[in-house]
Formats: sequence, structure tokens, C-alpha cells
Amino acid sequence: MLSALMTGLTSACAVFAIAILVLILTYIAVRGFSAINLEFLIDTPKPVGEGGGIGNAILGSVLMTVLATGIGLPIGIGGGVYLAEMGSNWFGSIVRFLADTLIGVPSIIVGIFIYTLIVLPMGRQSGLAGALSLAIIMIPIVARTTEEMIKLVPKSMREGALALGAPEWRVTWNIVMPAAASGIATGAMLAIARISGETAPLLFTALNSRFYNYFYDQPMASLTVQIYNYATGPFDVEHQMAWAATLILVGLILAINVAVRYLARRRY
Amino acid sequence: MISAASIIFIVVGMIVMMVSNSMPTISRFGLAFLTGSEWKPADGVFGALPFIYGTIVSSLIALIISVPISLGIAIFLTEQAPKKIAAPISFMVELLAAIPSVVYGLWGIFVLAPFIRDHLGVFLETYLGWIPVVGQLFQGRLTGIGMLTGGIILALMTTPIITSVVRDILEVVPNTQREAALALGATKWETTMIVLGNAASGIAGAVVLGLGRALGETMAVTMVIGNSPQISASLFEPAYTIASVLAANFAEATDELYLSALIEMGLVLFLVTFVVNAFAKLLIMSVASGKAGAKNV
Repeated sequence: MLSALMTGLTSACAVFAIAILVLILTYIAVRGFSAINLEFLIDTPKPVGEGGGIGNAILGSVLMTVLATGIGLPIGIGGGVYLAEMGSNWFGSIVRFLADTLIGVPSIIVGIFIYTLIVLPMGRQSGLAGALSLAIIMIPIVARTTEEMIKLVPKSMREGALALGAPEWRVTWNIVMPAAASGIATGAMLAIARISGETAPLLFTALNSRFYNYFYDQPMASLTVQIYNYATGPFDVEHQMAWAATLILVGLILAINVAVRYLARRRY
Repeated sequence: MISAASIIFIVVGMIVMMVSNSMPTISRFGLAFLTGSEWKPADGVFGALPFIYGTIVSSLIALIISVPISLGIAIFLTEQAPKKIAAPISFMVELLAAIPSVVYGLWGIFVLAPFIRDHLGVFLETYLGWIPVVGQLFQGRLTGIGMLTGGIILALMTTPIITSVVRDILEVVPNTQREAALALGATKWETTMIVLGNAASGIAGAVVLGLGRALGETMAVTMVIGNSPQISASLFEPAYTIASVLAANFAEATDELYLSALIEMGLVLFLVTFVVNAFAKLLIMSVASGKAGAKNV
């Protein structure tokens, strides 16, 4: 009797969570689709009432995510390889511990750090500063997933290669890394999805911009900061644009998540 | 090696830069910064208490709501549901965690806030508002934007995190324990309670981890909590959190003392979340040493 009752309660919790997800996604789809068109996707922001779009924000997000990935991915993977292959000493445990706590540190703190480190000396906000904050968020995530993935590679493969006389770096590079590659790629994709949704660290590092900007030394617009500005703005037109921009952002992030899930399932 | 060391450089660099940049307020106000309840940047008066209060209360509301729900989902997924149902549900819960904070904020402003203003808030005021003392929580101006909305949004955001950690922990509890309990004649629910008891410290770790996220969550809260530095008994009133005052004011803070005050608050938030996360990690490791849970910590 009690068991049945509790099963009812716990499944209600699960239904609740799913309902919230469905509710959020439906609102985004319905409100977003009604406001989206080609002009919106390629134009720059205009004064309220004259239309305008988020083309420069999309470009800014892409540019910053690309640079952040370019910096964060190699460092993260390098760190993960080190932790998995040589990290079973005190130095490794300190790094592992700091990486885990760094993952939980609020992203706005990373923004402050980069502000004091880059923006204050440079004297202005820039796409570079925004990309660096995203890279810092990415590094510990990628490092930890890389480590987990490498540890999943069977010991026998490693031992086999070593027994054939391969030096250790060769075993890591030619045997372990290819075997773990698809797992590392999955982790990297999820990390990219994560940073492309970050807003807080960009608010005062990349700031915003009303124009198309291809240079990393200038303030740069981003999709997320644009959503924040539109959502908190006073006009209905702005709110509609916020929903439309959200549709694009969430569509992209969900697509990555679903794709990763599909690929991961095929592998096993 | 160098890549790994970069993680240490980042953490040390954060502490050094934030301490050095908040020196003006640290040396000027000392501990009074944390206990002062006045926040008037224009007059050079900086007291962080309203923000600390707002951060703690909103996180508590979040946990009160999200802990039971997350536990329920995790128990359902690991102990009750057949694998075929559990897998897609886990995936959907993970998707909830993948939705960016700013999107929760947008949804909070235009869907949740009106709902609280027109339905939930009215309901709470009618049925709980008359109770002495406790009732004060549910009286006041109902605008939909305020502490309660912030807390509920945080609850929605922490639920997937707590759920997935608890689920991972319950999965490493050996099956022999369940079989033993069932063999001794325990009902299914009694068995579940035994499993939960054995995983207790790990579950505590999951809750602490959720607390860490709630304390530092920025965008969604900034958008729905009303951003007003006051300490009010009513949960309907607007409030402010440390993270949201940073998000809302940092770009405009030009004067040195103001900037220093904001950075010092960032430092406080950093240290608190760092300690909370480290504590959560220790708790979780005590149950699931190694793989499980580690990917979420």
C-alpha cells in the first residue's frame, strides 16, 4: 500500500520535471517562431519599432565560441591526458580537486577575473576578453571528461603496446588517444554547448555592440547578452525578439545534446 | 603537465586578482562591509548584508522545493521505473540542465512571474497569509517579481543537477543490499528506505552541490528577483543576490570604490561557493569513490 503510494509520488515528481521541460520548450517554440524571419537573422539591432535583427549577435557568439574552443580545448585535453596518464600523485590530486571545484564556481566570477586581468589593463571591453572567460569555463570541464574517457580505455591495449616496445608517449598518442577520441569529442561538444549558452561572464567582458564586428579587440555582441537585454527591455517588440533569439540558441544547444546522445548510443 | 598546471594558475590568479582589486573596500570598511545593511553607491556607502540575505534566502527556497522533487525523480529512475522508461526520462532531466540560465530568466519573466502574481501568490496569501509569524512571508505587494519567483526559478534549475548526482549515487549502491532487504520480507518501499539510508552522505553531498549552484546562479535570478537591496520579511517583495548585483551593475561601476565593493562581493561569493563545492565533493566521494558522481561535481 505504502509502496504503491510512494511510487505514485515519485513518478509524479518525474512527470513534473518533464512537464516543466515541455512547458519551457513549447513557449520558446510558439513565441519564437512567430517572430522569426530572414531579416531578423541577418540584420543588426535598430531602434525600437524599426525592426532590426540579431545577425551581429550570432556572428559575435560564433567568433567568441570558436576562439574560446581554440584556446580551451587543447589546454583542457592536455590537462586531462596528464591527469589520466601521470596524475596519480599529489600534484594530480590537487589539480583534479581544483578542476572539480572550478566547475562549480559561478561563471560570473570568471567574468570578474577576466575583467581585472584583461579589461582593466586594456581599458575597454573586447571579444578577446569574452572568449577568454569562456575558455576558462571550458578548461576544467574538458579536462575532467577527457580524463574519464582515457581511463575507460582497457588496460590490456596499453600493456600490449608497451610489451611490443613502444615508448610511453607513443602508447598515449597512437593507442590510447585514438581509442578515447570519440568520447573526448563528445565531451568537447557538450562543453561547447555549455559555453555557447553562457551569459554572465560576457556581460562586462565582451559587453555588447550594435554593429557587425570582426575584430577581437573591440566590444562584441553575443546572442545570450542580446537575449538578456531584449528580455529586460520595456517594449513588447523587444520581448518578441528575445523569444526569437532564444529559439535559435536553445535549438542549437538541444541539437548538440541530442546529436551527442545519438552518437554515444551508436558507439556502444 | 603545463595544461594541468594552468588549472592551478587560474584558481590562484582568481584569488590574487580579486583580493588585490578589492583592497580599497577591504581596507576601508573591513568586516563592516559584510554586516552593513545600507547600499548607496552614490554616497559611497557599501554594506553587503541585503545581498547576502537575498542569496541565502533564495537558495533556501530553491532547496526546500527542489530536494524532495529531485529525490523523488532519482528514486523513481533507479528503484522503481523499468529501464525502458527510465532512460528517456533521465535524458529529459539532463536536457533541463542544458538549457541556458538566460533562457530560464526569459521564461521566468514572461511565464512564471505572471503565474505567481495571478495564481500561486494569491493562493499562498489566502491560505497561508493569516498564520501568525509565518504568514508574514506571504503578505505584501504581489508583482510576480521578487524573492519567491527567484527561489522557484532556482528550484527548477537545481533539480536536474541534484537528480543526476543522486541517481548516480543510488546506482552504485550494491544490488545485494536490495536483495537482502527483500529476502528478509521488507516491502519495496522499506527496501528503498534502506538504500537511501546507506547512501545518505552522498545524497547530502548532492544537496550541498545544488546549494553551491543556487548560491552562484546569476542570470535567471537577476531577471526575476526584482533587484532591490532590501531585507524584507515578505517573499513577494523584490530582493537582490550577490551574483545578480554583479550582473546588473558591474558594467556601469566606473568609480574605483564602487568597483572594488563589487569585486569584494565577487570574492565572497567565490570563496563561499568554493568551500561549498569542496565540501560536496568530499561527501559524494565518501559514498561513490571514483567514477559515479564525479562527472557532475
